[in-house]
Formats: sequence, structure tokens, C-alpha cells
Amino acid sequence: MDKLDKPLTKNIQPDRAFATLADYRKTGGYQGLRKAITELRPKEVQQWVKDAGLRGRGGAGFSTGLKWSLVPMGNNGAADAHQTRYLVANADEMEPGAFKDRLLLEQDPHQLLEGMIIAAYAIQANIAYIFMRGEYHLAARRVENALQEARTEGYLGKHILDSDFNLEIYLHTSAGRYICGEETALINALEGKRANPRAKPPFTVVSGLWGKPTVVNNVETLCNIPHILQNGVEWYRGLGRGADTGTKLFGASGRLKHPGLWELPMGTPIREIIEEYAGGMRAGYNLRGFLPGGASTEFLLPEHLDVLMDYDAVAKAGSRFGTGTMIILDDKTCPVRMVLNIEEFFAQESCGWCTPCRDGLPWTVTLLRDIIAGRGRIEDLDTLSGLTRMMSPGNTFCALAPGAMEPLQSALKFFREDFERYILGKIAVVEEDQ
Amino acid sequence: MKEQTEKSSFEGLSPAEIREINAEISEYEDKMAVSTEALKIIQKHRRWVSDECLVAVAELLELSPAHLEGVATFDNLIYRKPVGKTVIHYCNSVTCWMLGSDQVRERLCRHLNVEPGEMSADGEYTVLPIVCLGACDHAPVVMVGDELRLDITEDVVDEILGR
Repeated sequence: MDKLDKPLTKNIQPDRAFATLADYRKTGGYQGLRKAITELRPKEVQQWVKDAGLRGRGGAGFSTGLKWSLVPMGNNGAADAHQTRYLVANADEMEPGAFKDRLLLEQDPHQLLEGMIIAAYAIQANIAYIFMRGEYHLAARRVENALQEARTEGYLGKHILDSDFNLEIYLHTSAGRYICGEETALINALEGKRANPRAKPPFTVVSGLWGKPTVVNNVETLCNIPHILQNGVEWYRGLGRGADTGTKLFGASGRLKHPGLWELPMGTPIREIIEEYAGGMRAGYNLRGFLPGGASTEFLLPEHLDVLMDYDAVAKAGSRFGTGTMIILDDKTCPVRMVLNIEEFFAQESCGWCTPCRDGLPWTVTLLRDIIAGRGRIEDLDTLSGLTRMMSPGNTFCALAPGAMEPLQSALKFFREDFERYILGKIAVVEEDQ
Repeated sequence: MKEQTEKSSFEGLSPAEIREINAEISEYEDKMAVSTEALKIIQKHRRWVSDECLVAVAELLELSPAHLEGVATFDNLIYRKPVGKTVIHYCNSVTCWMLGSDQVRERLCRHLNVEPGEMSADGEYTVLPIVCLGACDHAPVVMVGDELRLDITEDVVDEILGR
């Protein structure tokens, strides 16, 4: 592949020396911004991104251009100068198994800033925030430095590139937790409140930060924007191999020969990612299953290896595209214990706001611990199934608990024998290998 | 009476802390938004947030202590108990767990003679679990102070602790 086919990582070198402003500009950096601001009206930028088919890379997969178009813009799409609007970059990557946004933040921070400036222009926001998890210290230092450079160069501040458009971007570093990645919880956290999610509607695009129209976009999503503007909609649409457009950072972790992260076309077959890019399983281990899009997605099996990694294909196979970073279950790791680890995470990270999640997740953890300790009863499996229904979409305030139930319900379906072995008092055939 | 209360509360904070917290406020619509940042500033100076500091910061930001406590106890990285000079966070999320985070925890805790959450006797270290640090291709990982360390083995744990 030449560099044009890897727009997101073209400046990211194998030795991982990060891209400076000079590096970024050398490969066309800030040209997309110039085009947007000098040649296009805000509504036209929205239309470009909608036409490009870009879908949110944070996990939900909602059309980015469509999200932008829902922001109230005033008469005839001309921005009402008196209406405050906000843009927020969601840099709160914390889904277990996801490690893509950190790379973009650390290695090419100007790419995110250019994407944010264009996005802010498209919705006519004059203030933007980067909400970054507190653990990403190196990313915070590099982004803060890039913000200074962008201010000095006139990409931020008043009259950006001699236009009438003004924008300031502030870096907000968080102190946790996972729920802050949910956009309404993120907004509460940004306002200095306990990060409980908010009821929807109203949606954040209408009433978000301090009650003002707010667009929250994932880091990787925003990093796509400069390239769409610079190289055009047709070019972007041509990058995908399946139904979806563009490229994606795909990751794989677990007992693989070469766990890692690769920018590949949307719609790359899962087999290619696991077998070619990750080099297949380590010697002595076989593939038993995988969570294709992070910890909150359903297990798939080796028979699903030829599924394409795009939103609809993974959904059709029974799971979720999520963050596009997969976690591998090998044949020497116990799936029941793996699910317990995941449910412990979600139980701990639940904000406790709504009852099914606050009580249901600890109950799930207790049942799984009992089963593993040999105290389980066969009826417990029905109780666990019942919990997956109790915490299904629509029964909870936000998507945390339904996401938590995805690995569990698929494990109950695919690995039921592993649960039963503990309950029926047979020695667990799968020994921990650590 | 009110003046007295304010004075005694503010005595809990240093001029540098008050200055740094006030400097953050300009980036936001109101003072409440710097809740987390203010607590982080306190930690930068004192490592942890005592009850007295929490009340003082709440006064400074014109918030109720209960509001600020709600934020402080919610956040993973705000410490409401004393911690050592260096906090070592070991990731215990799924990929790190699969590749040996239990062993990393045990090695850390055995060397320092602590349980997770406790401070070592010399006050140098506190060991805490943390959720996914976003480096799963190099699992297991830990964060030593501000620094992310990859591909942790028992030897790397020994090196981190200087043993």
C-alpha cells in the first residue's frame, strides 16, 4: 500500500518517533483545513463528511456527518453568531482491549487538532475541548505542545487562516472512569459533576455541555476528517473493501505471535488481521474464539474468521464492530474466568445510577465467582441468562450494562460446557496457563 | 463568622495551589468544571486529598463538600488516602489478566510487603489496580508514576523496584 492508502498513520514511523508540526505539514497537513475554511461553507463540510460515509470510530458507528447536521445552525444553515456551540474530542479510551486512540494522540497530535478545527468550523463551534483520560500522560504532553504550536501558527485563535472563524481548543485531562467515555457522562464530567450519564433525549447535539449544542466525536473519527477534505469524498469512499468506507485502526491482543495495531481498509476480513498481520497464534495455542470489537462485544468463533470487519458484517455474524480492536481467546484460557474478569471490570466501572446495572453486574460477578469456586448450581446458568435479559438495551440508562452482557450471553451460548464442568464438579479441563 | 470560616478553610491550601486552581477556571463556563483538575493540583503538591483539603477546595470553588466528594470518590485517580511517592498502577483488564497481571501484582506486593491499596513501609510506593491502560499489544503493562511500562515480566518488576 502506498501512503495515500494509510491516511491516519502515514506520519507514524515504525520507530515511533512522533510527528512534529513540520512532519505533519510535509505530508499535506492543514491543507484540508485551508480548503474547508477558504472554499466551503459549514453546511458543505457537513455534507462532504456525510457523503464520505464516515461512521463514528468510538464504537457506536453513527454517521459523523449526520450527527453534525443535527446541530441547530440557525436560519438557512447560516450560523447564528450568538448561539454557543461546543465540540468535544472523546479521548477517554478505556474499553478493555482498545489501544488505538493512544497511538494517534501520541504519534500525530496535529492530525487530531486539524480534524477538530474542521469539525468545529462545520458546526460553527468557537470552543472545543479534548477530554482525555488521566492515564495518558505522554499523549497529554504532546497534545498540549501541539496546541501551542497551532496557536502560534494561526490555526487556532481569532481569524483562523485570515477567515472570520475563531476557535480555541482546551485540553481537559480526566481522572477516570470508563463511564466518562459515554458522551453524556463525559459532558457531566467536563462540567465538574459526578460522571453519571444523562437521560436522552435531549440529545447532546441539541443540549449538551452547559445546555448548549455539543458534538462529541471520538479521536479516530476526528483524525479521518482532514483527509476527507484534502483528498475528496470519492477517494475516501474508495478506501473501503466492504460496505463501509475509509480505513480503520484494527488491533489484536492475546496469545498471538505479533499482537499489534494496523491501519487497514474497512471491511478487511478478520482472518487476514489475525493470521497475516498478527501472525496467527503463538506456538502451543489454538484459536478458540475472539471478541471482535473490545470487551463489550459478543464472542465470535473460528468459523467466523471470514467475516469482514465492517459494522454490518460483524453485526450480521452476531457481534459488534465496537472499537475494531479484538481480544483473542486461546484454547488454554478458561472462557468462564475470562468472562469473570470482564464482568468484574464492568461491575467496578458502573456509575451506580440505574438499578439493573448497579445491582445486576455485582450479582453477575458473584454468580460467576461461585461457579468457578465449585459452589455453582445448574440453575445459576438460567439466572445468568436472566440477567443478560434484564440488562439488555432499553432496560438501562446507558449502554454500559448491555455492553457488559454481550460477552456473557455469547459465552453462555458457545462455551456452556465450560460453565457446566465447574458446576458438575468435573475438574476444569482447561487449566490456567500463566 | 463567615469570614472566619473562609479563612480557616483557605488556610488549608497553599498560595501556589490556590493560584494554580484559579488559573484553570478561565478555560470553562464556571468554577465547578475545574473540580477534577483542582483535586489533581492538590495531589501534585500533596500526593493525596485529605478531608481538610477537600473542604478547602470546595470553598474555593463555591461548591458543597458533598458535591466535590462525589467527584473525588468517583474518580479512579483521585486518592482519598495517603499514597507513596510513586504509585504503581498495574492493569488488570482482560488482555493483561490473560497474560499474567496476577503474577505482576503478586511480585509487586511481595517485594513491597503490601496488599493493593497499601503504602510500603518506607513511604516510597503504593500499588493499585487500574483498568485497561490502552497498550494491550504489550500486555501485561503497568504505569509507574506517570510512565507507562510495557511487556512486564517478573524481571522488569524487580528492575522497577530496584531489586
